[in-house]
Amino acid sequence: MSKTLFDKIWEAHVVKSVEGGMDVLYIDRHFIHEVTSPQAFDGLRQRNIPVFRTKNTVATADHNVPTLNQHLPIADPLGRFQVEKLTENCNEFGVDLYGLGHRWQGIVHVIGPELGITQPGMTIVCGDSHTSTHGAFGTIAFGIGTSQVEQVLASQCLLLKRPKRMRITVDGELAEGVVSKDIILYIISKLSAAGGTGYFVEYAGSAIRSLSMEARMTICNMSIEMGARGGLIAPDETTFEYVRGREFAPQGAAFEAAVEKWRELYSDPDAVFDKEYHYRAEDIAPMITYGTNPGMGVPVDEAIPTAPTPGDSLASFEKSLGYMGFAAGENLLGKPIHYVFIGSCTNSRIEDLRLAAKFVQGKQKAPHVTAMIVPGSKQVEAQAKAEGLDQIFIAAGFEFREPGCSACLGMNEDKVPAGEYCVSTSNRNFEGRQGPGARTILASPLTATAAAVAGRIVDVRSVLN
Amino acid sequence: MEKFTHILSTAVPLPMEDVDTDQIIPARFLKATTREGFGKNLFCDWRYNADGSPKADFVLNNPTYSGKILVAGKNFGCGSSREHAAWSLTDYGFKVVVSSFFADIFRGNALNNGLLPVQVSPVFLHEMFTAIEHDPQVKFIVSLEHQTIAIAGTEREEQFDIDPFRKVCMINGYDDIDFLLSLKGEIEEFERVREGANNKVLI
Repeated sequence: MSKTLFDKIWEAHVVKSVEGGMDVLYIDRHFIHEVTSPQAFDGLRQRNIPVFRTKNTVATADHNVPTLNQHLPIADPLGRFQVEKLTENCNEFGVDLYGLGHRWQGIVHVIGPELGITQPGMTIVCGDSHTSTHGAFGTIAFGIGTSQVEQVLASQCLLLKRPKRMRITVDGELAEGVVSKDIILYIISKLSAAGGTGYFVEYAGSAIRSLSMEARMTICNMSIEMGARGGLIAPDETTFEYVRGREFAPQGAAFEAAVEKWRELYSDPDAVFDKEYHYRAEDIAPMITYGTNPGMGVPVDEAIPTAPTPGDSLASFEKSLGYMGFAAGENLLGKPIHYVFIGSCTNSRIEDLRLAAKFVQGKQKAPHVTAMIVPGSKQVEAQAKAEGLDQIFIAAGFEFREPGCSACLGMNEDKVPAGEYCVSTSNRNFEGRQGPGARTILASPLTATAAAVAGRIVDVRSVLN
Repeated sequence: MEKFTHILSTAVPLPMEDVDTDQIIPARFLKATTREGFGKNLFCDWRYNADGSPKADFVLNNPTYSGKILVAGKNFGCGSSREHAAWSLTDYGFKVVVSSFFADIFRGNALNNGLLPVQVSPVFLHEMFTAIEHDPQVKFIVSLEHQTIAIAGTEREEQFDIDPFRKVCMINGYDDIDFLLSLKGEIEEFERVREGANNKVLI
């Protein structure tokens, strides 16, 4: 029978089906970080049980780490305690940790792929909703809660109901100035912040296939922002070449054998999806958000809608615009902004930094703007330095920092002040996400960099070259 | 996990849509390493001014409304996977959250913490908000056994769905982890078969 890629991977991991439609799913890779794991380790201690498969779990510290002076002790006592707790737990239970100071430390969804831990066909979970990032490799990857982190540590399995399948096909070629972040912001603006709930998405089509792995990760990363548990892309030569030679990838003949298996990972031509959407790449413009959920996005040159999407409440729409200080029907081009954040698990990889550096080379940020570049990992940071990108940013007046989740969620001291606008390459524009009262405008690295230089929201297409 | 069978309570109305987990518990409060004490920061930025004083217009600060049931607009619990959102709702004293639509991860986290997510039709949700607006002391009856939610003193009642397995777990206070640990032999067998089939690339 014809099957979707999702079903092929899922069915290869079902240990047992339980009455009532739940499956016990085997988990190949489990990433943990300091914020959502301490209570899970406490649970193991209370039950007096070990980590069932220590080699399937990898830890790093990212959410709560400073992005300046990482060689010094963390100044915030609560943050320091949490990071130290992760180290203690990993030591006690025998889990590999690439923590602060390690050359592989970084945002969990950046280091997994760059180390080759993420490989096609796997099931991957982490106590973080952006685990969907790893779906770019043709994996079933999704975020879980801390109780489930404990379940995976204890049994390497989760008890789950199989989600429905959705396919989103994007065909055609992107215009200049339009990048993968714009594709996913466009899709979410069409489907809404809840449009994918209950589904697992497969992204397909020529526009998706032509993207690099890093660009694909940006797309899959934000699947959760339309409510989908995850999103995946069938692996192809681009995928295999990315994985080849990486630290934890199979090497030599084992790699070639793996690729032969990975080539079987695709949706059969007549596989049936519960829902399908089709978009044309040519219809996509640089996108920005104007509200307080990622579904509230518009092409940068279009005005904010004058009314909520049918089915949404006027009260929520008005509350959202009130928080942002925008008016219904307002066009945001030319709107002054004071903060720019380039980073997060969505857009902090070397290609994102190259894109920003290429635009900013020979230019200066606007005097009133604070612009922060936070690389996704120590490896990205080192690569950027090797290519001289850090010097380009510093010469342009940007801050070039050390890796972590940083101002995406403002757990550490990297916060946007109340009332200020921040054009951000991160994934969430929720109220207070970047600090109490902060106003987030989501955009691509290119649009964010252009905003830093102009000091206001601009259509990047008008300032290229 | 605490057992849950049924509840009779007044309810707290929060008629906002897309209430994300950053609103339920902002990230800066996620530095704790235990599950306790999150209730005091539940909805912190809607509930308190920057100086820590309560915002009079937020429903949790209005003594007119109280109860163990939170009634919210659609797509409740979207965003971050933080289980701290469920912990802060239970720590505050909620046992049930009603909405016309829940985000997936939040729903799972709630069920793993004895917090019952009750998904009702948009029409019934509207009736609940109206009933509370008319009489803040109106009570609601939630029966997990019968999978029903009713407006006390009226004929209005609606069925809600829950996975049969989850229902048994909640009624008996079982955790998934107890069940998974009982499958250890089968999990090891699964690993052996997969390795034997030289299918390591999927491992």
